[in-house]
Amino acid sequence: MKYLLAVIVSLIVGMAPLPAQEIERIGIPGLEKILASPDDQLHVVNFWATWCPPCVTELPHFEKLSREYQGKGVKFILVSLDFPSQIDSKLIPFLKKNKVTADVRLMTDLDYNSWIDKVDKNWQGNIPVTLFFNNARKSRYLHPSEVTEKELRELIIKYKQ
Amino acid sequence: MKKYLFISLAALMMAGLLNAQSQYKAGDIASDFKLKNVKGETVSLSDIKDADGFIVAFWCNTCPVVKKYDLRLQELHARYAPKGYPVVAINSNDPAVSPGDSFEKMKETAVKLNYKFEYLFDETQEVARRFGATNTPHIYILTWKDGRLVVDYVGAIDNNADDASAADKKYAEDALNSIMNGQAVAVAGTRAVGCGIKWKKV
Repeated sequence: MKYLLAVIVSLIVGMAPLPAQEIERIGIPGLEKILASPDDQLHVVNFWATWCPPCVTELPHFEKLSREYQGKGVKFILVSLDFPSQIDSKLIPFLKKNKVTADVRLMTDLDYNSWIDKVDKNWQGNIPVTLFFNNARKSRYLHPSEVTEKELRELIIKYKQ
Repeated sequence: MKKYLFISLAALMMAGLLNAQSQYKAGDIASDFKLKNVKGETVSLSDIKDADGFIVAFWCNTCPVVKKYDLRLQELHARYAPKGYPVVAINSNDPAVSPGDSFEKMKETAVKLNYKFEYLFDETQEVARRFGATNTPHIYILTWKDGRLVVDYVGAIDNNADDASAADKKYAEDALNSIMNGQAVAVAGTRAVGCGIKWKKV
């Protein structure tokens, strides 16, 4: 019985990564909901796009650490700024090819200047940037550029406390 | 020696940080420059005749966002050059980092896309640094006033990179129309989302 349960659990876990086609699309309300999350845990929100080479370079670090920190009080969200017209041609093939299982959301509101300030007033519009926050502890930091795996790890440790 | 190297590195990094924070904004005075165009001629803004000002566009051959805006930049030139505001595009990307942005490739791009505006190579990246350009595309609208180049607008061309017909805030056009009507520019600064300029590796 226990064995059967283990098999079922492993099957479910194995299926857990959603098919990439089901990427969640968000607009400003969806973004605000992420940013206002009251949970007492560190949120790591990375803004990226497949058309941005440094974003693509750092993406595996987010993928790796999101697996490592699964269930350990760190929530990763990768907000893609890919063009809505290129979801099927660029974004989804990219996610499939790189076997991305992290939580990717597509920002469909292209009026960047109507929401950049909501993320951080210091954000110049460049990507990648990564926002680290825990609203319950009122901590917040926008990392303004690409990170190495080591830097990402250090930032998580620093802001997780 | 090591110590000296460290200090110079630290100084360079600090200069980098300072640069990142100092960007021309509306009301600032921009400095003119001398850059090579795709025909190999040296061009300064003051050499460009019959111009009341300029639409300076930090640009390149490779960035997908630039490609999205390619036609729109050409349209801006077609519409506003006759009114005294030609486009001047500048590629500041380091070809060692982005081979598709070499001077040779710029020539190819200008021919292939039939650019009617100046397309200049900022080989030392000094112009991008001085302007505080961070991305491509990144637009600076300048106007000659008493022999000086006053910055009127900094930022994006409009508010929909993906689909020109869906853009309902045409920042650059609105700014140019206001300038020509002698009105204040209502939105003089926006964030330009695009590809980061490929800086030389230190």
